[in-house]
Amino acid sequence: MVKLLVNGTLREVDVPGEMPLLWVLRDEIGLKGTKFGCGIAQCGACTVHVGGQPVRSCSTPVSSVGDKPVVTIEGLSALEPGSAIQEAWAKLDVAQCGYCQAGQMMSAAGLLAATPKPSDAEILAAMDGNLCRCATYPRIRAAIRLAAGLDSDGREG
Amino acid sequence: MQTRRQMLFTVGLSAAGALLVGCNLLNDGKPAAPVRRKAPPAGTPLGDFVAIGRDGSVRLFAKNPEIGQGSKTLLPMLIAEELDVAWDAVFVEFAAVDAKRFGPQFAGGSMMTPMNWEPMRQVGAAARALLVSAAAGRLKVEPSTLRTEAGHVIDASGKKIPYGELVAEAAKLPPPDVKSLTLKPKSAYRILGKPKAGVDTDAIVHGDPLFGIDTEVEGLRYAVYVKAPVYGAPLVSADLAAAKAMPGVEEVFALEGVAPPKDGQIGLAPGLAPGVAIVGRNWWQVNRAREALNAKWADGFGAQHDTGIYAARAAELLKGRGKPHERIGNVDAALGQAARTVVAVYDAPFIPHLTLEPQNCTARPTAKGLEIWAPTQFPQDGQAVVAQTLGLKPDQVTVHMRRCGGGFGRRIMNDYMVEAAAIARHVKGPVKLLWSREDDVAFDYFRPGNTHRLRAGIDADGKVIAYDVHGVSYSRGGKLVDGGELFLNAQPPFLVPNYRLEKSLIETIVPTGWVRAPISNTLSFVHECFWDELAAAAGKDPLAFRLEHMKARFDSPVSKPGPEGAPFDVRRMAAVLELVGKRSGWGAAKRPAGTGMGIATYFSHLGYFAEVAQVKVAADGAWRVEKVWVVGDCGSIILNPSGANAQVQGAVLDGISQLRQEIRFEKGRAVQTNFDAVPMLRHSAAPEVDVHFHLTDHPPTGLGEPALPPIIPAVVNAVYDATGARVRTLPLTAERIQAARTTRAA
Ligand code: FES
Ligand code: FES
Repeated sequence: MVKLLVNGTLREVDVPGEMPLLWVLRDEIGLKGTKFGCGIAQCGACTVHVGGQPVRSCSTPVSSVGDKPVVTIEGLSALEPGSAIQEAWAKLDVAQCGYCQAGQMMSAAGLLAATPKPSDAEILAAMDGNLCRCATYPRIRAAIRLAAGLDSDGREG
Repeated sequence: MQTRRQMLFTVGLSAAGALLVGCNLLNDGKPAAPVRRKAPPAGTPLGDFVAIGRDGSVRLFAKNPEIGQGSKTLLPMLIAEELDVAWDAVFVEFAAVDAKRFGPQFAGGSMMTPMNWEPMRQVGAAARALLVSAAAGRLKVEPSTLRTEAGHVIDASGKKIPYGELVAEAAKLPPPDVKSLTLKPKSAYRILGKPKAGVDTDAIVHGDPLFGIDTEVEGLRYAVYVKAPVYGAPLVSADLAAAKAMPGVEEVFALEGVAPPKDGQIGLAPGLAPGVAIVGRNWWQVNRAREALNAKWADGFGAQHDTGIYAARAAELLKGRGKPHERIGNVDAALGQAARTVVAVYDAPFIPHLTLEPQNCTARPTAKGLEIWAPTQFPQDGQAVVAQTLGLKPDQVTVHMRRCGGGFGRRIMNDYMVEAAAIARHVKGPVKLLWSREDDVAFDYFRPGNTHRLRAGIDADGKVIAYDVHGVSYSRGGKLVDGGELFLNAQPPFLVPNYRLEKSLIETIVPTGWVRAPISNTLSFVHECFWDELAAAAGKDPLAFRLEHMKARFDSPVSKPGPEGAPFDVRRMAAVLELVGKRSGWGAAKRPAGTGMGIATYFSHLGYFAEVAQVKVAADGAWRVEKVWVVGDCGSIILNPSGANAQVQGAVLDGISQLRQEIRFEKGRAVQTNFDAVPMLRHSAAPEVDVHFHLTDHPPTGLGEPALPPIIPAVVNAVYDATGARVRTLPLTAERIQAARTTRAA
C-alpha cells in the first residue's frame, strides 16, 4: 500500500512503488486532469506539484513521493497563484485543443509561487519544458504576465 | 505554496458527461473559489440542434469534432446569433454522431466555416421563428409585429415574453420552410464578430475529464496493441505467457490482421494490422508487459524502404522525364526564347503529426454491437470502418465524440478505433486502448515527402515566361499516396503563361496521410522559395517581383480552378501582399548583419495569405524567427476574432516547427520514436506573430490551415536574405545553412 496526500485528501493505493505518479493519479485515483504526452519527461503535459515543486509525474515513481503533498490541476484553485492563473487563462482564451494546458498551468503556478513577478526570460526558462502542440505560446506567456499583475493588456509574444 | 490546508473537494459526473465541481476551501481566510457553472436541465428540443429550458437556459448541440480549431464554440455562435439568445445563457454539448440528423460531421480541410456558415444560422433562425409563432399565437398578433432580443420575444408595446415560457408551445408547431427565413444583416450581429472564449475553457482550466483519453465507463480495463514497426507485417512469434505473467496483466492474445478492402484507401479504410493485445487493470502495467513479449515479425519486406534509398531513386527519376500531368501554353518554346534559365532541385521530407494526446479509444460491447468513445476527426467514417472491418452493420456501432487533444489531420484516420473495437469484442468487456508515444510516432500516417526539379525561363525584362516542373512523389500499390498530390495551387501556373507539370512516383510501404495544410505545406516551400530565386535572378525585390507578376494577370486571369473548386482571385492575393509589405516595413528597415526578412504568399483552403518572417542567423548557422507578420483574406467577417487569431498564430508557429522536422525510415520503420528525437517548437523559440485580417466582400472561409503554407518559404527566404545561403532541402538545419553559404562563396 502506498499512501499519498493528493489535493488535500489522503489516498491509499495498492500499486508497485516504481509505478509513475501519473498513472497512479489517472488510472488508480481517477484524477484525469493530469495528462500523458510522452512518458519520458519531454513534454510537460503530466506536470503536477510534489512538495510545492512542479515535477513531471510520468517520470516520478510513486514511491519517491513519500509524505510530500501532491497537487494536480484539479487542486490548482487552492494554490496561492492558482485562481489568478485560471482566470487569466480563461480571460485570454489560451487553450486551443487544451490538452497541454493542465501542465502549462501547473508549471506557471510553480513559477509564480517562487517568482511572483517574473521577467520574460524567467518565464521562458520556467516554461520551456512544456510543449504546446497547438502553439498557444504567445497567449500562455501573456496569461502568466496577467496572472502576475505585470500586464493587463494581454500583450501576446 | 501549497501547505497542508484543509480542503474539501467534491467531484461528480453529471449524466450529460459534463463534470461539475463544487469546491469548498477552508484556506486560511482566502475567498473560496467560485462555484462552477452547472449544466442546465435538458430543456425542450426545437429541432436537433437547440433545446430551451423553462428557466430560459439554452442548450446547443455542436455537430463537429473539436480538435482545438474552435468548432464547439463557433458552430453554436452561428446558431445563437440567429436564435437571438444571450451568449452567456448558452450551454454547449456535442451532438450525437448521426448523419441523418446532423449531416456530415467532421473536422478537416478548414471546411467548418464555409460548410456551416449558412446552415447553422438557418438552424437558429428556424428555432427563433417557432418561438415567435408561439408568441404570436398567444398574443393573437401577426408574427411580423414581434421582434426578439436576448432570449425574449418582444411585442409592439415592449412587452417581453421569455423563450422559456414559449418553448413548450413552439415545440408543437411544424418547422418553418427554410426559404421563409430571413437572416440578420451583419450590422445586427451581437455575437458573431465578437471575441468569444472556447466553451470548454472553464472545464479545461479545472482539469475536467473532457478528452478521449479521459473516458471512464463502468468496469473499464486498459489495453495496448503491439504491432510490427513495419506496417502490416504479420506476427511470427511472441511469448504470450511471459507477458501474461507480468504484474497487472489479465489477458494477452494475438489478433489476425484484416486486410483493407481492395479499392479502399489505406488510411480511410485501414483494416486491422496484425498484432498482440495486452489487457489489464492499469495502462502502465500493460504497457510495461510489452517488454516480455519478445515479438518477432515477418518484416523483411521493409528492407528497401529507407530514406537514403528513396533519395537516390528520386535523383535518378529526375534525370529523366515524368508522366505529363498539367500543361498550359508551350514551355519548351518559351524556354528557347528566355534570356536566362534558372534550375533548382527542392526536397521536402516526411513529417509526423504528433497530436499531444496520443491516439486512443474506448470501446464497449453492447447487446446491439459496440459503443465507442473516440477523439476522432471523422466519427462517421470511424463508425463505417469499424463495422466494415469487424463484420457489423453500421447501425450496430454507436460512436461518441470526445474532445481531441489536437488533430492536425491525424485523426482523419480511425485505425485506433478499429483496434479498440476488435480488442473489446475479443475480451467481451469495455477497454480503453492507449498508444504510447512510441506507437504514435511509429504508426503515424506521415506527411509524405517529395522532390522537385524546377526550370524557369525569364525574359529580358525580368518576366517569368516559362515554368517547368518535374515532381517526384510516392505511390502505394501503384496508386498515388494520400497527401502526395503535386497539383499546383501554388502561384506559378496562375501567373506564368507557359507551364508544365510532370510527375514520377516512388513505391513506398510507409502509411501517409494529411498533415495540417496538406500538400500545400510542401508545395509552398518548393514554389515560393523558387519564386524568390527567380526574383533574385531577375535582379528584383521579391515583393515587387511577385506583385508585378500578379498585376500583369489582373485582366487575364487563368481559368484553372483552385483545388477546392474555387477560382484563384489574383487581385485578392495582390492586396494581402501589398498590405503585409506595409505592416512589416518591407524594404524600409535596415537590418542588422545576420538578420534577414523573407516573404511568401499562398492560396489554400479558400484563404489568401501573405507573410513576412524576420529571421536571425548566427555565425554557426543556428537560426531563430524573431517576428512574423501575417495578412489574410478570409472573407467579409471574422466570426470569432479570438479563435481566428489563435488559429493563425498556431498555424504559423506550427509551420516554424515543421521546418525543423523530419521522420527518416530504415528498413521500413520510422527511426525517430519520441519527442527527444523530433524537434518540437517550444516557448523559447516561438516568436511574436502579428495577425491582420483584410476584410473583403466574400463569404467567410476557414482558418485552421491557410496561414501555415506561406511561413515555411518566408523563413527559408529570410535565411537567404540574411546570409545569401539558398537552402533547398528541409529540414532547415544549421549544417545545411553553412553548406549553402560555402557553396555560394565557392
Ligand atoms: S508525459 Fe510526462 S513529460 Fe511528457
Ligand atoms: S492547446 Fe493543444 S497542445 Fe496546447
